[in-house]
Amino acid sequence: MSAAGAPCFHCGEPIPRGLALHARIAGHDQPVCCHGCKAVAEFITGAGLGDYYRYRDTSSNRADEQPRPDRWAAYDRPELVERLTRPEPNGARSIIVLLEGLRCAACSWLADKALSLQSGVLDVSVNPATARARIVWDPAKVRLGDLLRVLEHVGLRPHPLAGEPSEQMALLERRDALKRLAVAGFGNMQVMMFAVPLYFGEATGMDPAMREYMRLVSMLVSIPVALYSGWPFYRGAWVALRSRAISMDVPVSLGIILAFVASVWNALSGQGEVYFDSVTMFVFFLGLGRYVEMIARHRAGSVADALARLAPATARRVRSGVAEDVQAVELAVGDELVVRSGEVLAADGLVIEGEGRVDESMLTGESAAVAKPPGARVHQGTHNLGAPLRVRVTAVAGNTVLSGIVALLERAQAERPRLARAADRAAAWFLSRILVGAAVVFAVWWYVDPSRAFSATLAVLVVTCPCALSLATPTALAAATAALARRGILVAHTDAIEALSKATHVLWDKTGTLTRGLVRVEDVQTFGEVTAAQAMSWAGALEQLSEHPIARAFAASGAPAGQASEVEVHAGQGIDGRLGGRRLRIGTREFAVALRSATPAGEPAPVPADGSGESRVYLGDDSGLLAAFRLTDPLRPEAQDCVANLAALGLPSEIVSGDEASAVARIAARSGIERHAARLAPQDKLARLKALQAGGAVVVAVGDGINDAPLLRGADVAIAMGRGSALAQNSADLILVRDSLEDLPHTIDLARRTQRVVRQNLAWSIAYNLAALPLAALGYVPPWLAAIGMSLSSVVVVFNAMRLSRGSTPRRRPPWPAAREAEVA
Amino acid sequence: MEILYVMIPLGLVLVAFGLWAFFWATGNGQFDDLDSPGWSVLDDDRLPGPAREDSDPRPPEQPK
Repeated sequence: MSAAGAPCFHCGEPIPRGLALHARIAGHDQPVCCHGCKAVAEFITGAGLGDYYRYRDTSSNRADEQPRPDRWAAYDRPELVERLTRPEPNGARSIIVLLEGLRCAACSWLADKALSLQSGVLDVSVNPATARARIVWDPAKVRLGDLLRVLEHVGLRPHPLAGEPSEQMALLERRDALKRLAVAGFGNMQVMMFAVPLYFGEATGMDPAMREYMRLVSMLVSIPVALYSGWPFYRGAWVALRSRAISMDVPVSLGIILAFVASVWNALSGQGEVYFDSVTMFVFFLGLGRYVEMIARHRAGSVADALARLAPATARRVRSGVAEDVQAVELAVGDELVVRSGEVLAADGLVIEGEGRVDESMLTGESAAVAKPPGARVHQGTHNLGAPLRVRVTAVAGNTVLSGIVALLERAQAERPRLARAADRAAAWFLSRILVGAAVVFAVWWYVDPSRAFSATLAVLVVTCPCALSLATPTALAAATAALARRGILVAHTDAIEALSKATHVLWDKTGTLTRGLVRVEDVQTFGEVTAAQAMSWAGALEQLSEHPIARAFAASGAPAGQASEVEVHAGQGIDGRLGGRRLRIGTREFAVALRSATPAGEPAPVPADGSGESRVYLGDDSGLLAAFRLTDPLRPEAQDCVANLAALGLPSEIVSGDEASAVARIAARSGIERHAARLAPQDKLARLKALQAGGAVVVAVGDGINDAPLLRGADVAIAMGRGSALAQNSADLILVRDSLEDLPHTIDLARRTQRVVRQNLAWSIAYNLAALPLAALGYVPPWLAAIGMSLSSVVVVFNAMRLSRGSTPRRRPPWPAAREAEVA
Repeated sequence: MEILYVMIPLGLVLVAFGLWAFFWATGNGQFDDLDSPGWSVLDDDRLPGPAREDSDPRPPEQPK
């Protein structure tokens, strides 16, 4: 029932041409793109969790390789469990795990159920907002490694977090903000309720005693709002003032304090007007915006967590011939380590024995693994894909290349060109004028009629209270942030929206943004009587024992059809082996053809190397060539449209990549990008960025890897992919959670609309204040008019901002009809 | 309208009670995750048995 061109049942990605691989799900064959996805889909439905496919609202992460049972073995060691977990009552332990690929509530349901089915698991809580799970289990019944393995089996890669205190702090911070928000919200509702009769009372006459009573009650309710809910603003303003800076908190705090103190004074003295309704509304809306922003920031995580995911917690140290597992923090320069195949290095060092191939893509962006003969340098955080290595440690902890990149990050962050916010500047400018104006008014009235000096000055300060002015920007930003969140775009720093609206250039890192960042078999061409699936399965069996990056493409896409014997790896050529009595070779064309005894007719002409960055791998036996595989890191289907749409919005794109020139050129041509640069180190990318910025450009950077993090930190707007590394997401202002580029042009459009709304709001509130100021100074504004005008100006601003959240309904991927049918059947 | 002198304080007491309940619920973790508990209603027939001996996931179920 696999329709031609149907996407993978599990991950929704296109299926390589010529591959007919199916997962058996609920009695139906569903097409899948690779063996990783097949294994995950069959495990999920096999565990009775097939409902997941009905309820998820985005497709899942591609399972890039089949689960490796040995990966989690280290987590069975008691010392490590001791360090990562916390004791719970009755001998149970708890751990916090970050789940990579957790993107919707259905994913968290899946993780919850999959774990709960294990015996010995006492409690699981999965939070989709932060992508973290807390597991409580009984170590006597089940091992931690087994639980992590289950999570990987359902397609969610777990990262145990040692830094639970920071998790706990983030949780407490969220709860605290929520409480302050609730006080402001409840308080605002109450005060509004008292404000309406006060407004009407002004117009129609009201019993003075009742009026006093209402005003005093309003004050009573406003006190906790102003003191408790407003406290974070005062703290922020104080911190900014102490470092001799003006942040948004300063005018906000001044507005709250001025309006509140004036209202309290008037309420107690029984004269003038009270503005408790405005004060509480102001605190509530600002607090709401801050809360939404904080949730997004917490989800992006912290640098410490990101590093915990990169560098392994343990290493295997050799001392006087004895190998023992130790914690990475115990390592010292001069230690000797054994790094087995598939392991991540815990420190920088020199290879002293072994022929390794190391995947350094997280440092260099290069997708191909680098050969590491004895004497070569290897780095912390890189992945050994080849033979076991013996490594002498040359740098640990703060001195490794990885920590150097983190330091580079922090510097780029400090030098980040902050676009001064128009609203901040306008509010600060306006505020200083108002203070001067109020002083002048006080002086003049003191001269004319000292008894009215104070009340007239208060009227000036309150009528011109920069409430609407200060609300102008945050309400628009909050509405835009919410609209983007519904589309799966997380805004971690709301300043980015203003910068985004002014953006002039887009810098792309190629791997993982324009492409998917995974080498995969794109095309299978067969010769003779072999089917594509057969060829893939043989290739998979041969490549099973190899750690070459190309082999990983087969491990993901090819079926290992049993165990190959007499396997021999010919460096630089390919693999020779025997499978079910048949001698097979996979590798370069010459190598694969060499088995052939006679020259048959009708053999395809060799494909010349076209420098396109694609690689071809051939499979042959004694009858000649059997199949040719085309391997690529494919362009995302939406990339070309995205680049074209960005160009239409006036943003030219440019690629800065650490990858090979030919691969970069191919992707640039396919995506329609003219400017591109290859083989750049992180600092070269940063230099290119600085050069653009020096020319006055406002640069958007899109990246996904560790090597992009400095670029992202230095950019005016940094965008990270949802499947990218945590460190890249940390550096980002915006995160594309759905891992798709299609919403990027829309985001820029929305940012520009947001700026328009902000300008309209500023213009309106300044015009209102300018009109009211002279009248109030002369004592001509009747109190009820001042109150209505002030509330109205704020309400206009809020409603104008709400327009941004309209017209952007959430766009969801169409549910796969095949999946529906299978689940209902 | 003298009744307002009684009703408003009563209303404030109710608000205070509501806030207290909200604070309690927040401290109790009720607002930490607003999405996933909605999914739990889908599978109350598959409670995680505490005393299940096999550590393997359950065999495939035939969806209806």
